[in-house]
Amino acid sequence: MSDNIERNEEYLMYVEKQTPKTGWFNSLFHAFLVGGMICCMAQMFGDIIKAYNPTMDILRVGSWSSIIIITITILLTGFGVFDRIAKFGGAGTFIPISGFANSIASCAIEFKNEGLVFGIGAKMFYVAGPVLVNGVAYSIIVGLVYTLIQLF
Amino acid sequence: MKRIGNQTLEILSDCYIVGASSLVGEKEKNGTYKNYFKNSVEDDRMGEKTFEKAERKMLSLINKDAVKNSKLKNSDIDLYLGGDLMNQIVSSNYSAEVLQVPFVGVYSACSTITASLGLAACLIDGGGFDNILCSTISHFSAAERQYRYPLEFGNQRQSYSQWTVTAGGGFVVSNKKSNIKIKKVCFGRVQDFGVIDIANMGAAMAPAACDTLCNFFADTKTKPNDYDFIATGDLGKLGSDILRDLISKRGYVLEQNYIDLGHSIYSFEEESYQGGSGAGCSASVLASYIIEKMKSGVFKKVLVAATGALMSTTSNQQGDSIPCVSHLIELVLE
Repeated sequence: MSDNIERNEEYLMYVEKQTPKTGWFNSLFHAFLVGGMICCMAQMFGDIIKAYNPTMDILRVGSWSSIIIITITILLTGFGVFDRIAKFGGAGTFIPISGFANSIASCAIEFKNEGLVFGIGAKMFYVAGPVLVNGVAYSIIVGLVYTLIQLF
Repeated sequence: MKRIGNQTLEILSDCYIVGASSLVGEKEKNGTYKNYFKNSVEDDRMGEKTFEKAERKMLSLINKDAVKNSKLKNSDIDLYLGGDLMNQIVSSNYSAEVLQVPFVGVYSACSTITASLGLAACLIDGGGFDNILCSTISHFSAAERQYRYPLEFGNQRQSYSQWTVTAGGGFVVSNKKSNIKIKKVCFGRVQDFGVIDIANMGAAMAPAACDTLCNFFADTKTKPNDYDFIATGDLGKLGSDILRDLISKRGYVLEQNYIDLGHSIYSFEEESYQGGSGAGCSASVLASYIIEKMKSGVFKKVLVAATGALMSTTSNQQGDSIPCVSHLIELVLE
């Protein structure tokens, strides 16, 4: 353990060199393609809603298209298709709201067997929980900084 | 039993593998060893509600089959040794209840099978037991939900990760004459070279395999080329490349007779990253491919060094490195 620090450092450097790298260009391209398509779809839903309800508030239109994307994601997760798209798309599926919906839906499906309380109830936000907590925490910090800047 | 060198035990009395059985999932059945895996399951839920229940059911089938193949009855089995990857080795605990023979659980992660077979050989050599059943299993979906993410969660696996096999293997070790003898046993020392990333199991386990193999060669004064077949458990492609490198630094060369069972279990077309891993990986291939090749006389002296990563989800989340071990057995055709 502690007396092997040097040996371990040397070994980890060697492992790092041996380990195959993920091609960043490929990953970026796949993410761009899939992520872009999801966003285009959301835009399309928004445009359709707007076309039928010209008086609707733009924020409201945005909410509706988000809801549609979330619903589609949850359905695809349930049918076992979404993880295949995500395997290809990577961050392209994870960063939009679809990633968030999938992380909650997949946990709910997975831990169904452990019951409603300790299964779905406790584990539903297993993946999404940390994202939520961090999102809230950082938005508070940003809010504080923003308020301070406005004071001066 | 006689001690040779520091770590190796030579089994002096009769100790044979009299029966073996394997059961694999569909993906494994379509892999490299498709002609050797006789039993496979199409439905990885086995008609059960949960994957954990399916794993238990598979293990019970393996045990039943192993006893049947050795032409013995349940009542002839004196002891059942085994383990699996589930927390508190529950799959083995439940299947031991089905068997109704004395049971001692063995946990050594993916090296459980060689640890069990080694212990069984020592116990039979000790004279208190006639027939010992050893078995182990792993199930992709059950392991995945315990160690990693939910199955339907859309994430990308690292290119250097491995795929937990849905497979298991069982053996009956006996003091009755047969043709495959457990000749030597070498229990390994735990090695920890500071690898933290659980996706990179191959790199974590390679030093353990290297340590056990080198100590065994030194104890027995043999070289890798003295054996017809040398198999490591589930290092995967990356891990076995690292092992070749590490072992060459210690003065041994692994040549054509060396294969990593994790690296080879899936065919190239099946997307499985660096290859298979899991307790059932070495157990199923040993119970099918290796035993069959030995019976047909192709392999006469075989070394099997299964490797196990001994971390837990808690130790991993707390950022601790992965302790690994490798237990080795030498099988000889008589």
